[in-house]
Amino acid sequence: MDAHFEYVLRLADDQLVLGHRISEWCGHAPMLEEDLALPNIALDLIGQARMLYTHAGEIEGNGRNEDQLAYLRPEQEYRNLLIVERENGDFAHTMLRLFFYASFMELFWEKMLTSSDEVLAGIAAKAIKEVRYHVRHSAEWVIRMGDGTDESARRLEDAYDDLEAYCTEMFEMDDVARDMVAAGIGPDTQALVESWKAKVEAIFREAMLNRFAPVEGHRSGGRKGQHGEEMGFLLADLQYMQRTYPGLNW
Amino acid sequence: MGEEARHQAGPALEAVRQRAWEVAASVEDPEIPVLTIADIGILRSVDIDDEGRAVAKLTPTYSGCPATLAIELATEAALRDAGFEPVIERVISPAWSTDWITEEGRRKLSDYGIAPPVSGSNSKMALFGETIVACPRCGSENTRKVSEFGSTPCKAHYQCKACAEPFDYFKCI
Repeated sequence: MDAHFEYVLRLADDQLVLGHRISEWCGHAPMLEEDLALPNIALDLIGQARMLYTHAGEIEGNGRNEDQLAYLRPEQEYRNLLIVERENGDFAHTMLRLFFYASFMELFWEKMLTSSDEVLAGIAAKAIKEVRYHVRHSAEWVIRMGDGTDESARRLEDAYDDLEAYCTEMFEMDDVARDMVAAGIGPDTQALVESWKAKVEAIFREAMLNRFAPVEGHRSGGRKGQHGEEMGFLLADLQYMQRTYPGLNW
Repeated sequence: MGEEARHQAGPALEAVRQRAWEVAASVEDPEIPVLTIADIGILRSVDIDDEGRAVAKLTPTYSGCPATLAIELATEAALRDAGFEPVIERVISPAWSTDWITEEGRRKLSDYGIAPPVSGSNSKMALFGETIVACPRCGSENTRKVSEFGSTPCKAHYQCKACAEPFDYFKCI
């Protein structure tokens, strides 16, 4: 498979799957403001995914559009990070995952602004503005919960213990990623580790959370299509309409 | 119109282009109907191509803004109703910024009860890095942010501590 296509597809899958997860909160958030905030964040991510899928389809050149890429691929062909497919868990779990991921993507999109792929650079310029809001919003909640009640702090610690193993996958480099660095299309994500750690730990200190930025985890495989059990359920929900009524249009 | 425009050049073509711009520029934003798409700055350009078609370039505010498609369809319809053969192009680069909202647009927003995006470097409280947003009703700067995310992706939710008015703030991006 073409490395460029694969690379853009990975990025699209990350945004779509997390966007879908966060959209599951719609109507269930703990307060009205969050019921507006979470779907807004999901919309940003799904909007980014749409642009990325369209671009991936153009690179592939087989006439696949955003809908076919999103709705008609089986689980093994999805290339997203495992951290984005994890179930939402409670509110602390949702916010900590968003904080970890958005903090990474803020660094990633910054590097992508100078990509030799002009479409990706254009998407980065839009996405960076949005992801800054996601970082700020999730970081505020991490601080509020970590430095809040015993229960909120315990829930945040539990979320950390569940998510820590999934963070290193964000920084992993493989042949596809190295090809993209060589072509000037994508950044070396290993070089983002220190900035990410510094950012996460600064917020952890404010949150009084006695944990370190997790950079030695060991869960990976999403980029190769090896997903957790929850991914099948997620896609069953996401793809239901096109699977049941193939070719259905608005 | 396509046939007619194809054979025009120079000042005549410019007059056609200007008319196409005025038609497209009059399209209202479905979420904030007090503003036109030219006021918000999402209508980037209208040109007449070699085949006499009116090519309107639009840029979305936020990636996932649900109004994007509705705005494109409305612009297409407006141009068609005015006798043009429309072509709508979505451009994402350079990325839309709240700086592109026109002065007229900012005034209309404020009259409508939505605080326009803060511009200029003196808008930050030096000590706290907080943005000061003035209440669109009473003008007081004694306001608080209720939520970073408001009724649409481009707005945040604020409340005035002086007059108690809850209001939307058009976020600065």
